[in-house]
Amino acid sequence: MHFLVCLKQVPDTSEVRIDPATNTLMREGVPSIINPYDAHALEEAIRLKEKVGGKVTIISMGPPQAKEALKKAMSFGADRAILLSDRAFAGSDSLATAYVLTVAIQKVHESDPVDLVFTGKEAIDGDTAQTGPGIAQRLGFPQLTYAIKVRDLNDGWVTVERKTEAGREVAKAMLPALITVEKELNELRYASLPNMMKAAKYEPEYWEAKSLPYDTTQLGLKGSPTSVVRIFPPPARSGGDKIDGMKDPQGAAAMVVEKMFQQNIIMTHPLAKGGKH
Amino acid sequence: MENFDVIVVGGGPAGLAAAISAARAGMKTVVIERGDYPGTKNVMGGVLYSRATEAVIPEFWKEAPLERPVIEQRYGFLSGDEIFAAAYRDPAWAGPPYNAHTVLRVKFDKWLGQQAEKAGVMIITETVVEDLLYKGDNVVGVRTGRAEGDLGAKVVILAEGVNAFIAKKAGLAPQLRPDTVAVAVKEIIQLPQEKLEDRFCLEPGQGATIELFGDSTDGMLGTAFIYTNKDSLSVGVGALLEPLIRKKWTPNDLLESLKAKPYVKRLIQGGETKEYLAHLIPEGGYNAMPKLHRQGVMVVGDTAMLVNGLHREGSNLAMTSGKIAGEVAAQAIQAGDVSDQAMSVYETRLRDSFVVKDLHKYRKVTGFFEDNPHFFQVYPEIMMNAARMFFTADETPKKERQKQIMKMVFEHRSKGALIGDLFGAWRALK
Ligand SMILES: Cc1cc2nc3c(=O)[nH]c(=O)nc-3n(C[C@H](O)[C@H](O)[C@H](O)COP(=O)(O)OP(=O)(O)OC[C@H]3O[C@@H](n4cnc5c(N)ncnc54)[C@H](O)[C@@H]3O)c2cc1C
Repeated sequence: MHFLVCLKQVPDTSEVRIDPATNTLMREGVPSIINPYDAHALEEAIRLKEKVGGKVTIISMGPPQAKEALKKAMSFGADRAILLSDRAFAGSDSLATAYVLTVAIQKVHESDPVDLVFTGKEAIDGDTAQTGPGIAQRLGFPQLTYAIKVRDLNDGWVTVERKTEAGREVAKAMLPALITVEKELNELRYASLPNMMKAAKYEPEYWEAKSLPYDTTQLGLKGSPTSVVRIFPPPARSGGDKIDGMKDPQGAAAMVVEKMFQQNIIMTHPLAKGGKH
Repeated sequence: MENFDVIVVGGGPAGLAAAISAARAGMKTVVIERGDYPGTKNVMGGVLYSRATEAVIPEFWKEAPLERPVIEQRYGFLSGDEIFAAAYRDPAWAGPPYNAHTVLRVKFDKWLGQQAEKAGVMIITETVVEDLLYKGDNVVGVRTGRAEGDLGAKVVILAEGVNAFIAKKAGLAPQLRPDTVAVAVKEIIQLPQEKLEDRFCLEPGQGATIELFGDSTDGMLGTAFIYTNKDSLSVGVGALLEPLIRKKWTPNDLLESLKAKPYVKRLIQGGETKEYLAHLIPEGGYNAMPKLHRQGVMVVGDTAMLVNGLHREGSNLAMTSGKIAGEVAAQAIQAGDVSDQAMSVYETRLRDSFVVKDLHKYRKVTGFFEDNPHFFQVYPEIMMNAARMFFTADETPKKERQKQIMKMVFEHRSKGALIGDLFGAWRALK
């Protein structure tokens, strides 16, 4: 079975800060990582490969240095990695990105049919959650989004548990299909040394725009109908009150209760009922 | 199990230099580094010396991520709010072949790692070496913490830095003791380039370093430093562990007290702290140097205690020792003899180089200053008093003032003690 994973290199957003003067992301000197959701997507693909046999191909659109993310991804046990890198792709929004990836997946699919495409539910530097569904739509594959468990892969069908607002939903789709994943899906592995060595020696394939049948009006900024108008940090929260619990713990506890009551965090006042504490 | 000619444990300057020279001599070489990439775990002040670096990467300054070429070195003695300072500046140091550059190790080591890869070295990151592999008494490889994690090698070069667990296990590194190891902390404080250059009187792109003695370490054996990076300052302080413990200082308190000194405060004013780093420095010197080799193994850099504390040189000793070890490994492997005897060529060559010669020359320094703590306590005070009296213009006739100065000096330290100190210091440094 052929598993294909879309993977993005992103700045480690836990270390990105927003320039208060210009409201732009300060990405300089921030380490790059594999988008965490994509890492779980890759892990699932590799687990399934280990279970049912087959291979895992990784595709990424990004600048040349995204090669690092692909090499690292290889160390988890993938078989092939393709980097779509071209100035023409720069500035692509989710729509254009989905287009770029789809055309590349189709090319892979022609020579080596893909059974299951995995993507993360979203990238942590954009949070749009549109790229995966966009690819599925263009490929004409059914999509199972927000997967937290792959239950079954059998007889040309895949069954997953999805995370929804209301709870879990079990859904199945006919292969070939696309799955977008949540982090709960699995635990990431610690790569074996032979796989680390294999990855260190591996050079990802580079595909430029001209090596694929792109409609250039759909690429990069030109092909991106959305643009980011402004980025701003959420308003800073003022620090809460501090209640010193060291001197008079009981009094402090009573004060906490009182405050929670005043702010409607608890509805009935436990002390008002005359209960002794 | 995959087999290599040379396995290098640790991707710091010592390990990378070793790997580069081994690979250039045609050896199949791998570096195993526990960090995400070389540099993430590494700390120095950091002044990088050009000659040792050039020997590994000719004309490195054309490509390496360097901060600023150092054109001025300033030494200062602090006592209370006062400072007595001297500086040497040579603008010629701003151009090739340079003397030294400030660097940030995260960037520099990463780049050096890329150069190693270009030379054919394989670098395996995020992987910890846990032990050496033996066949009988012979070392035949390493064991890493990963699944199927054994690797074979003809020669293993241990470049683990100061916390040398593997070398210690193999009896090739001394146990660290509070009197042979210093703790250093530093902050990277961001400052706009122009402001920084104004404060240090520098032409655009040029750099300066300041070392501060005396009260910067509360008189303990150690130094504080301020180095100019592109758009930040590295401000730090380090002291021997033993007096730190005795005087109940935490390194962080020492740094805060340094930053509060009027002289330092003004230099870092308005800057924003970006990073906080801490690291050990092996300061045992010549007397603490371990046996440098055994069959199939050599130890290099901080692991071998190769640091010249007085001149804050470490990275250059690391790179030079690494380079020699890499070459010796290649020769030994080509000759088909990796016995202890064959590895001893490394020690011979190291002893013939500045590395061991310098450590040998200063072998008594640490001990001397430890036994004579007044050098960092009384002398800065004497110097401060003398300078203040000398420069103060009141109505005291100069002749009278000179007498007062001499009297002040002898009140702090008797004539006999002064002569003794002078002689002692000369003997320790000669
Ligand atoms: C605050 C400070 C200021 C300094 N200032 C200067 C200066 O201005 N100029 C100067 O020349 N020197 C300076 N030094 C000294 C200099 O930093 C060191 O001498 C130099 O880094 C030694 O290089 P090394 O390669 O031996 O060790 P390190 O640079 O410590 O590298 C060791 C490497 O080995 C890796 N490692 C360790 N154990 C394992 C393991 N088991 N498995 C895998 N990997 C492992 C580590 O992650 C690390 O990358 C300073 C040091 C400090 C702490």
